[in-house]
Amino acid sequence: MLSKRIIPCLDVRDGKLTKGIKFKGNVDIGDPVETARMYYEQGADEIVFYDITASSEHRGIMLKVVEEVAKTIFIPFSVGGGISTLEDMRAVIGAGAEKISVNSAAVKTPEIISQGAAAFGCQCVVVGMDVLKVTRTAEIPSGYEIVIHGGRKHMGIDALAWAKRVEELGAGELCINSIDADGTKDGYELHLTRLIVDNVNIPIIASGGAGNPQHMVDAVTTGGASAALIASIVHYGEYTITDLKKYMDGQGVKVRTVW
Amino acid sequence: MLAIVDYRAGNLTSVRRALDSLEIPCVITGDPKIITAAEGIIFPGVGAAGSAMHHLRQTGLDRVITEAVHQGRPVLGICLGCQIILDHSQENDTPTLGIIPGECIPFSPELKEENGESIRIPHMGWNRVELKQPCRLFDGVAPESEFYFVHTYYTRPEPEYIIGATYYGQEFCSVLGLGNLWAVQFHPEKSGRPGLKILQNFAAYCRETRHAQ
Repeated sequence: MLSKRIIPCLDVRDGKLTKGIKFKGNVDIGDPVETARMYYEQGADEIVFYDITASSEHRGIMLKVVEEVAKTIFIPFSVGGGISTLEDMRAVIGAGAEKISVNSAAVKTPEIISQGAAAFGCQCVVVGMDVLKVTRTAEIPSGYEIVIHGGRKHMGIDALAWAKRVEELGAGELCINSIDADGTKDGYELHLTRLIVDNVNIPIIASGGAGNPQHMVDAVTTGGASAALIASIVHYGEYTITDLKKYMDGQGVKVRTVW
Repeated sequence: MLAIVDYRAGNLTSVRRALDSLEIPCVITGDPKIITAAEGIIFPGVGAAGSAMHHLRQTGLDRVITEAVHQGRPVLGICLGCQIILDHSQENDTPTLGIIPGECIPFSPELKEENGESIRIPHMGWNRVELKQPCRLFDGVAPESEFYFVHTYYTRPEPEYIIGATYYGQEFCSVLGLGNLWAVQFHPEKSGRPGLKILQNFAAYCRETRHAQ
């Protein structure tokens, strides 16, 4: 049986981690490569890097990070943030990432999904969706709307319809990030997760809201997700990935326990 | 020296990086002479069977690989390189290398996981391998180890070639082989330490075989 995946997400700006990540021990807290190594050792099933570098002249720095990570960890990892063309995808995959993640670029230019899938294979293309709960309307029948720019810009697109479209366009995986749940530590948006899981056939990653290990169990059982994305729950040293997996294993969730 | 066969099927550098980390000398090459002279051959690949076979035939690498297997050279197929050693793939309805009898077919979306949920396609993520025959590539690998898979089609060889199987809505063949040829559906280069151990075991076997000749 396939294991449920635990995926830590690291925000990187100009080649350094952005959040004040604190750990026990002597890890260089700003270094994405060392942090990736530590999560690899703790049993992360995959790692997501989100590049929030604002200026285009610093974008090359991220590729250096990707090259170093690829020499250091031997599990899949993906890179998102600022990827909007096939050339961007080629550069990141060429540097050693397994997958690329597109979000707002896909909303603006959906063809980027099919182009990426044709060039590199569906398995390489993860589509991230930022979703906000709204009043149900004729335009947004599911009551969940696609937003971009961290939730500031409403796109008038129904999240469920978008998920189905993205699957048709050839995405290999969908990461569903609830803007309502993100940062609350109150748990994932399970209703949203389950809605998408039941209506598309590609793997779904739940994102936003993890505050304790039970939330992750809920995401992959009640929510039905294939994977749970996590950030602050491990970045501040509250839990290690090993702790989280032990808990999930104890709750009867199939996770990878030997690495 | 191991040869990683370059036939323009996906990113081959991840296999090289994994071998580099193990200090196993290797080269990515499409040159038949270098491939034929190597201690062992790794035949990786990500992508579609149709275009992979087209490129292999165009370059003559199809014969190079087939002859290497028949001469008893150690060969390790990975993912697509595992699927196209069979006779036929339903992906693009493609005749493939025909080194091992069998075919490659897609997972049915009707299948259910053990928890009752419908399977997702592709089969993407970590899963176990249950050995059906002893396999030296798995020496020193704990039986409960998991490996990283990402595929939509799976291999269905004649039963005597099945070395290991994995459960995803049904049992399917995830390791197959014949003599000095092994093929794995998962990505050992992306499967953490257990995967690296498999690459190391393959390289060790290649060295022994070379010295025995």
